[in-house]
Amino acid sequence: MNTESENWDLIIEPKSKWYDLRLGEIIRYKDLMFLFVRRDFVALYKQTILGPLWFFIQPIITSITFTVIFGNLAKISTDGLPQVLFYMCGITLWTYFSDTLTKTSDTFTANANIFGKVYFPRLIVPLSVVISNLIKLGVQFSLFILLWVYYLITTNSLHPNAALILVPFLVLLIGFLGLAFGIIISSLTTKYRDLKFLVVFGVQLMMYASPIVYPLSIVPVKYKWLILANPVTSIIETFKYAFLGVGEFNWMHLGYSFGFTVILFVLGLIIFHRVEKSFMDTV
Amino acid sequence: MSNIVLKAENISKQYRLGQLGTGTISHDLNRAWAKLRGKEDPYLKVGDANDRSKSGGSDYVWSLKDINFEVKQGEVLGIIGKNGAGKSTLLKILSQVTTPTTGKVMAKGRIASLLEVGTGFHPDLSGRENIFLNGAILGMSKSEIKSKLDEIIEFSGVAKYLDTPVKRYSSGMTVRLGFAIAAHLEPEILIVDEVLAVGDQEFQDKCIGKMKNVSNSGRTVLFVSHNLGAVQNLCGTCLYLKNGKILESGITSKVIESYLGENRNVQLTGEIPNDFHRQYGTKEAYFRKILIKDLQNNTIDRLAFSQPFKIVLEVEVLKELKNVMININLGTTLGQPILYAVEKEKIGYVSKDLPLGKHKIEVTFDLKLLPGNYSFTLGLNYLANGTTIDWVENVCFIAVDKIGYNKNENYPWDSVHGYIEPETKWIYK
Repeated sequence: MNTESENWDLIIEPKSKWYDLRLGEIIRYKDLMFLFVRRDFVALYKQTILGPLWFFIQPIITSITFTVIFGNLAKISTDGLPQVLFYMCGITLWTYFSDTLTKTSDTFTANANIFGKVYFPRLIVPLSVVISNLIKLGVQFSLFILLWVYYLITTNSLHPNAALILVPFLVLLIGFLGLAFGIIISSLTTKYRDLKFLVVFGVQLMMYASPIVYPLSIVPVKYKWLILANPVTSIIETFKYAFLGVGEFNWMHLGYSFGFTVILFVLGLIIFHRVEKSFMDTV
Repeated sequence: MSNIVLKAENISKQYRLGQLGTGTISHDLNRAWAKLRGKEDPYLKVGDANDRSKSGGSDYVWSLKDINFEVKQGEVLGIIGKNGAGKSTLLKILSQVTTPTTGKVMAKGRIASLLEVGTGFHPDLSGRENIFLNGAILGMSKSEIKSKLDEIIEFSGVAKYLDTPVKRYSSGMTVRLGFAIAAHLEPEILIVDEVLAVGDQEFQDKCIGKMKNVSNSGRTVLFVSHNLGAVQNLCGTCLYLKNGKILESGITSKVIESYLGENRNVQLTGEIPNDFHRQYGTKEAYFRKILIKDLQNNTIDRLAFSQPFKIVLEVEVLKELKNVMININLGTTLGQPILYAVEKEKIGYVSKDLPLGKHKIEVTFDLKLLPGNYSFTLGLNYLANGTTIDWVENVCFIAVDKIGYNKNENYPWDSVHGYIEPETKWIYK
């Protein structure tokens, strides 16, 4: 019988073409993705007293801490905006990015026991992380909106504008950026664990290179390109601009972030797919 | 025309020995350099055959080498072999957990693998939630699971605890639930690894029955097990792997016979060769000889029914041993243990000290075996903690005939139930 002419549904080979990412499979396994999301939520707050309230506690405490340290002690400008609101605006979006990045960055090492026993498209796991963090963002975002509406009514320092329609796009963009970094790091850490240590403080450093605790406007012109080279910068800056009406809005900067994300994500997919096939031998 | 649903062509798998770390980068760079020049991967050429008892010079080892086979639709293929023969590696490749180093596998239809039961169970989630999670991990859709939920619960027999977190389950319950989910998968090809080792007899029978149903419904099963009885019972054809290669394939009973026969050449002289497969051991002493003798000291390999016999062993002690015991295990040729014989006094087990050198030990048995085939396994352990010094499995075989040792004491029936005829006393009142 001639095997070449037969129709096989599945061919397992040492190497596949780099563009053959088998993304179609993800759709077949979408139920699994949502079950992972559900598992993360249900399991996270089992045996806690405050339960989902922790969603709120984290951004509130961080915003207060930032207000005290950066606002009152270091006296960093917030472009004349209410400090708590200014910080919370940045923190909400930043937390989404950093949580997505750190939680997807150990996809392979943390799931080695499942991955070693059964096959499903490995990308399901980081995608489920993005979705659960998106839900968490939604909850924290509503807290921000409450505060925002309060200040909108009581003061007239806020100038929300048409850029608000970009918000869903910004959220999507920063989510994919975090995912892209995460899957690349997770792919590289299967063999060399060094990166794992880098992630923790790398993310922290990256926050200071993004306009979270300071407005972009106070960055000296000399260093501005450095901060703008960070693809997160323009996303957060646009986000702030949309809600608060201060900061910079620049299509070119946003375009850079978009391009950066797309390229990094595609690169991430290719690396991730290469690694997922054989990482069990090296993990 | 027979329909081939799974085909493996020249699959090989190479692993790197030892710790990853030192040298990894340099090897990676070397590979990249070779690739850049359009040459072959330099590390693919080296590598020893998969044999754990010898330590080779190379850092790389071929865990599987040039495996070729085909499986037809509805066939149940058993895969047997000793520990480290490459069975699990083969299953891992087939279930896409890892890729082969060379060669390719082609399949028709969905492959679901069951290398472990309850993969991905989350301890904090309830049984019901875990059914959905585990089912989805194994490749079922939510609606598929929903439609089979009642059947799964029924099969698992843990209906009462369905809303209890799985971490409160006993290990047996976890396995039952896990297998119940897997049993209701409906892939075209099902891969099962040694999962029956856990669970009680009743549940094991249930599982084997379920797997038979699966194959009767036209789906294909690949089954790996050390339980030769289960393989015999379930599989039509069988692969025998040794040191990463297929040594024999074909009708199950024949393959099992030659698998067991590997050890049979010991029988003639009683010598246990140095390279006999010794699974564990501290290398402080080795079994060198085993002979079965009748009371006239003739070496035999068949017994008449109720014939007395003795076993003569020779042990070579390389390092002085204190507080050890020798045990003789009798089992069926399919690996089912029947009895465990050790030296015993009135109170407790006897602890022996063995000085350096060769020791000859004669063991007599007061035992009436029913007709059938049996195999002996020898062990030498420390009495205190059970540490194994040497262990030779299925090293010697013996057949018991129906012809009686004493005249007029033949075994009278056609069928044989069980293995041993005990001395009993019957009192009618």
